[in-house]
Amino acid sequence: MSRPGFVLEVDDRTPPLLVHNGEGFLLERFPQGTRVVYPPEALPPVRDVDEAIQNALLHPIESEPLPELLRAGMRLTIAFDDISIPLPPMKKPDIRQRIIEAVLELAAQAGVDDVELISANALHRRLTPNELRDIVGERVFRSFFPDGKLYNFDAEDAANLTHLGQTRHGEDVEISKRAAESDLLVYVNVNLVAMDGGHKSTSIGLASYKSLKHHHNSHTMIHSRSFMDHKRSKMHESAWRMGEILTQHVKVFQIETTLNNDIFGGPLEFLQKREWEWSVKDQASFLAAKRGLAAAPAKLRHKIFTDTRSNYGLTGVHAGKIEPVHDKTLENVHRQHLVEVQGQSDVAIMGVPFIGPYNVNSVMNPILAACMGLGYYFNSYRGNPVVRKDGAVILYHPVDYEFSQLHHPSYVDFFEEVLAESTDPATIEAKFEKQYAEDPWYIHLYRTSYAYHGVHPFYMWYWISHALDHCGDIVWVGANRKTVERMGFRSASTLSDALEMVSHSVGRSPSITYLHNPPHLLADVR
Amino acid sequence: MMLALEMYRSPAKFLAAKAVGGRIPGILTGPAAPLRLVTINEPKADRDGWARIRPILSGICGSDLGMVTGSTKLYFSAVVSMPFVPGHEIVGELLDDCEDLPKGTRVVMDSVLTCAARGVEPCAGCASGNTNRCDRITVGHVAPGLQTGFCQDTGGGWGNLLVAHRSQLYAVPDGLTDERAVLVEPLAGAVHAALRAKIQPGQSVLVSGAGAVGLFATLALRELTQAGRITVVAKHAKQRELARAFGASDVVAPDEVFRGVRRSTGAFRLKPDFGAGEFLLGGVDVAVDAVGSKDSIDTVLRVTKAGGRVVLSGMPASGADLSPVWFRELEVTGTYASAQLEVNGRPAFETALELAGRAPLDGIVGARYPLYRWREALDHAHSAGRLGTVKVAFDVRAS
Ligand SMILES: [Zn+2]
Ligand SMILES: [Zn+2]
Repeated sequence: MSRPGFVLEVDDRTPPLLVHNGEGFLLERFPQGTRVVYPPEALPPVRDVDEAIQNALLHPIESEPLPELLRAGMRLTIAFDDISIPLPPMKKPDIRQRIIEAVLELAAQAGVDDVELISANALHRRLTPNELRDIVGERVFRSFFPDGKLYNFDAEDAANLTHLGQTRHGEDVEISKRAAESDLLVYVNVNLVAMDGGHKSTSIGLASYKSLKHHHNSHTMIHSRSFMDHKRSKMHESAWRMGEILTQHVKVFQIETTLNNDIFGGPLEFLQKREWEWSVKDQASFLAAKRGLAAAPAKLRHKIFTDTRSNYGLTGVHAGKIEPVHDKTLENVHRQHLVEVQGQSDVAIMGVPFIGPYNVNSVMNPILAACMGLGYYFNSYRGNPVVRKDGAVILYHPVDYEFSQLHHPSYVDFFEEVLAESTDPATIEAKFEKQYAEDPWYIHLYRTSYAYHGVHPFYMWYWISHALDHCGDIVWVGANRKTVERMGFRSASTLSDALEMVSHSVGRSPSITYLHNPPHLLADVR
Repeated sequence: MMLALEMYRSPAKFLAAKAVGGRIPGILTGPAAPLRLVTINEPKADRDGWARIRPILSGICGSDLGMVTGSTKLYFSAVVSMPFVPGHEIVGELLDDCEDLPKGTRVVMDSVLTCAARGVEPCAGCASGNTNRCDRITVGHVAPGLQTGFCQDTGGGWGNLLVAHRSQLYAVPDGLTDERAVLVEPLAGAVHAALRAKIQPGQSVLVSGAGAVGLFATLALRELTQAGRITVVAKHAKQRELARAFGASDVVAPDEVFRGVRRSTGAFRLKPDFGAGEFLLGGVDVAVDAVGSKDSIDTVLRVTKAGGRVVLSGMPASGADLSPVWFRELEVTGTYASAQLEVNGRPAFETALELAGRAPLDGIVGARYPLYRWREALDHAHSAGRLGTVKVAFDVRAS
């Protein structure tokens, strides 16, 4: 057993603490009494990964062993999580590659020759051939990609979607036709946080807008408390209902993996240590990195961060029937991420780093920055939010006016047009969502270029609706005033200014919690 | 004798001599200044149908500024007679009886000097009511000049007295203030442009520019057509606010036109190689250029859908790229002044008088100057958009 992550209270001996701030970080002195929640240390990894994979495939949970599900002449589809996880991307070989190779080997032994591999990217952007290769490995890529047997899911390809029916709540289940018509659908998942996996894999990853809109909407998102707890998340309840329908039609063999917190290695290792444990070498690394980044031109700085690859140790691999497999996954994820936190505080402080699920190999635009802080980190709790109702959230990120026209064309329009009119999720959903979802140009770019679907920025905004509803104040430190104001937030140049600004709602000596993300943590607020 | 501002250098010569660019005071105080405040003889009204008018307010129009700054086309120099008193947007008072209009009547004036005013047989344009297309603007018993305000014989609104022909005059209803009445001439131009745009019910329209021409075009489009979404390109905060008040569905900044139109029309946006300008496949049904600059014309041509119509409402600059006209089979239409018989069967001025009565035009005349403060007045008009002013006028009676 590794040590648990723990909570420290800032006193007069506490050194300044590291805060992630986009493509950089800073050292911040927090007020005395601030509660600092550190992510738990990395769990020890599985020693022999290949053996663990074999074991999972041959001794699955509540399922026949994989070889018994494979036979000549059958139609086999392997779907896998796209590049939105893990964050940062994984050093090669990717765990998905190792699993897919193992599955393909068993399929070959059984004489299966009708195999297709689908990136389950739903409304995310298509992966480039290189990105697909990074996930599945050179061998698999060369065998399947040239023949069109390894490809991105296309949620707008009406001819290749199948409507499987509706749930008892009237939710449409429409997924990849190939997956729906397969004799066996093998899903290869990577779980970094508790939100992913389970029925979310197939019934969201392979679904169309028609299906997704039933749970990716402001009402569902606001009632998902939290996303990290699939039993208290309305989004997950919906996905689970859809999963019931899906598994009535398709046999799914689910393979889920869990990773540890070993994210920053080498010269960035100091990022996952507690500051008062920094060695002289760590301090030197911090200074070198900080100076290097400050001096580096924006392009180089950007490259340094997008090129970051993480070690990640595998903490578990489980296969078989979706629900029991996912239970094991959650056990592992919680073991890695849960930190017990006693009670809510008036103010929560979070640093937003350079990367999120939707800007891999791209830039973090203002909406993604908001989503990363207020969607992702704010919702990283179990039980209750870290901050009390009507409390304040203080975030760090430059929030530059910076968009990728290649990856996020509809985000620019969303920022300029939709947010100029309203920042209320329900209002913009009613007025704009359909237009954006059906805009032919966005659909064209989603299908043929590398653009997120037109509706995607709405989903990002819905994701923060719980935080918008819950928090009294949201203030960004060191951010571009204009971009932040367009999103309905305020900006402050320093932490003390930010605390001053929120003092009318939380008082002059509020209780403060600093969530020392990343690596990931899941605050178990009692 | 009367006090008047006089344009005394020919536009062609002024253009050739123009060394100072940019700010208006530089042009007006420099050695090549084409305008001066003088005392001159009053124009005569000794023929049938002519009468003297004392201007009350007289607006400053974009074409006046173009003339003064030398940015007007040389094309124009053949249809003016020097020297002349500028000013064609007027509300004034009749000093003589004028046929059925008694002395003392407040009038506005259609400035085009047509066959009727010149005492010649109607040309084809005049005969059909398209008086703004008159082909006889250089002949007859009046000196050459396409409009009052560009003609040696008639005087103009920037002086204490001018003469006009009955065919040019419209009586102002009692309830209409001078501040609204002085806007009738530009409103008539907007009425003409809106009707020339031939908009089918529900069609989308882009108006590029939110100066007086663009704002009034927006107003006329909203009032006289069944246009669907009207998008207005506006640079300044006050212009954005007024565009909405005048009927714009949405307002975009100049650098947002492609994004905004693409979004609102579901078009495709293409960016050619080698720095060539981007364009849309799809776009608005009708675009109105109310600026006349190369950038504005280039933009409207590139965001209008194939087979759509582009209306040039400002005097166009040269150098615009016409490829989209060819490639997208656009219909390009000019609009100049207004007609005495518009396609709605009425003189544009009658429609404009009604609009002037009911549109939200209070405060549109944002500044009034006596003639002797003409440098300030023209400078203000030149920077009107930035200063939040739509129309600058001379308060002639105060001069
Ligand atoms: Zn004019
Ligand atoms: Zn004529």
